[in-house]
Amino acid sequence: MSIVVKIEEKLYQNRYIVDESRPHIQIRNDAVCKSCESQACTVCCPAACYTKNETGSVTLATDGCLECGTCRVVCQDKENIQWDYPRGGYGISYKFG
Amino acid sequence: MVEKFDAIVIGAGPSGNAAAYTLAKQGLNVLQLERGEYPGAKNVQGGIMYAAELEKIIPDFREDCPTERHIIEQRIWLLGDDNYIGTNYRSDAFNSDKPNRYTIIRANIDKWFSEKIREAGGLQICETTVTELIRDASGKVIGVRTDREGGEIHADVVIMADGVNALLARRTGFQQELAPQNVALAVKEILFIDPELIQQRFGLKDEEGVVIEIMGKVTKGMVGTAFLYTNKESLTIGIGCLISDFKEGSIPPYKMLEDLKNHPVIKPLIEGAEMKEYAAHMIPEGGYKAVPQLYGDGWMVVGDAAHFNNAAHREGSNLAMASGRMAAETVIELKQAGKPCNAANLAAYKKKLDDSFIMKDLKKYRNLPGIMHENKQFFGAYPDTLTAAAHSWFTVDSVDKKTKEKEIMKSFVKKRSIMGLVGDAIKLVRAVR
Ligand SMILES: Cc1cc2nc3c(=O)[nH]c(=O)nc-3n(C[C@H](O)[C@H](O)[C@H](O)COP(=O)(O)OP(=O)(O)OC[C@H]3O[C@@H](n4cnc5c(N)ncnc54)[C@H](O)[C@@H]3O)c2cc1C
Ligand code: SF4
Repeated sequence: MSIVVKIEEKLYQNRYIVDESRPHIQIRNDAVCKSCESQACTVCCPAACYTKNETGSVTLATDGCLECGTCRVVCQDKENIQWDYPRGGYGISYKFG
Repeated sequence: MVEKFDAIVIGAGPSGNAAAYTLAKQGLNVLQLERGEYPGAKNVQGGIMYAAELEKIIPDFREDCPTERHIIEQRIWLLGDDNYIGTNYRSDAFNSDKPNRYTIIRANIDKWFSEKIREAGGLQICETTVTELIRDASGKVIGVRTDREGGEIHADVVIMADGVNALLARRTGFQQELAPQNVALAVKEILFIDPELIQQRFGLKDEEGVVIEIMGKVTKGMVGTAFLYTNKESLTIGIGCLISDFKEGSIPPYKMLEDLKNHPVIKPLIEGAEMKEYAAHMIPEGGYKAVPQLYGDGWMVVGDAAHFNNAAHREGSNLAMASGRMAAETVIELKQAGKPCNAANLAAYKKKLDDSFIMKDLKKYRNLPGIMHENKQFFGAYPDTLTAAAHSWFTVDSVDKKTKEKEIMKSFVKKRSIMGLVGDAIKLVRAVR
């Protein structure tokens, strides 16, 4: 069974209060991503915030982030993700949860 | 001057709410801080809520608590590629005046609970993230710093109810980072649908509800489970697997959820429903062995932040509420005795936990997480073999039953040696004994 999933359509249903130009998660060092064999963040993130880019490194866009913490857990051996919550009131705001 | 409270509670999930309410009810001066826009804004649950623990805290909660349906039927399904084998338990006895389990929508419950805290006199501030615990020269926690201007606040005790990420305890050095094999990632959706369709498809009337717990091929051989719950006007569907498995695999969680929704036995149940929200959250599943240090000078940790989750029974919010209440009661007792909230005195909290179902249950299942992790056949080979066996058994095709029996046994042994089968059974029994 092969189904194409448009993650954008899923995230579109959610309510976000975006903190313009203040991403709460950051990649520390691009070179570390480049040398990372698994780049597990690109598979594990439930909001597809991480994508492999043309340079072989990883691009992070936090707008759709669900604040689950998974990326921090999968990257702990490399310690290449600086993970924080958004400022109070910002980020995902679940209507139902 | 820095403001000072008897207690600060960080987080407005079930554990923080239980703690704040219990403290406020006893007249203590309590401040609750929540980073979300409103209580529940950051919170995700499947959601079944068990009445017992809430009832201990708010005995008449049924009067106005916004629950969805009380559960009269529990199904456990093992899914193959295009089939399932399962058990149902349904009883009219669950239609009592005081139902034992309800489906819920997390945000509704959290808002309601928060209202009760305010009525009891607790002070609650949302849209405020606690960034740091403040400690004195001796290392005792004496308050918190927040991301608000001049956001330093002091208290006799700080109760960390900040959920599975537990950033504060990790940053302060009270906890280690979560090990990938000790935590699951779950994704879920809420699907709105005509209540009449829910009643028809699940055989329900009024506010009766059905819950389905799902295992099998849908987790692609990874350690995990899925669920489908009936709410009043919506269905909740979700799936979760250990992060260590997601890390090794190549399927993103949202794809797994989509495959579940399109599974031939699930699809007809959710057909025509409209998706209104997509959520993701981690669940602490390391059990007893993953429980961290629970208290120290001026601090305690409750709920998911303390790794209180019973993965085998899918219980979390009740452990959260119970631990929140016990932490609060410990503080109240110390206050009344005029004793300080230092580590030696807060040890009473650990004692309460040890004597309760929380630690007893976690201890009983202490070996289960390891067994599941090391024995993937529970999630890969078994669903296939079992559903194939059922298919053969129920297909009437002029093959005699004895031959079928033999073939079924053979298929089991082919997937796994006899010793393997026996070994698995023993391991499982030991784990849950
Ligand atoms: C998909 C899924 C299904 C589940 N299904 C069930 C179920 O059916 N039944 C059940 O009983 N349990 C279930 N659980 C588990 C249950 O949801 C949790 O055990 C429970 O929510 C834990 O409560 P908590 O109060 O400890 O943490 P949380 O509910 O996570 O609350 C933590 C709160 O703290 C706030 N916070 C965090 N950090 C800060 C900070 N620095 N400053 C201020 N605020 C902060 C957060 O915004 C949040 O509101 C499920 C969990 C998931 C993810
Ligand atoms: S916290 Fe979760 S949703 Fe956000 S970027 Fe990390 S993995 Fe993705």
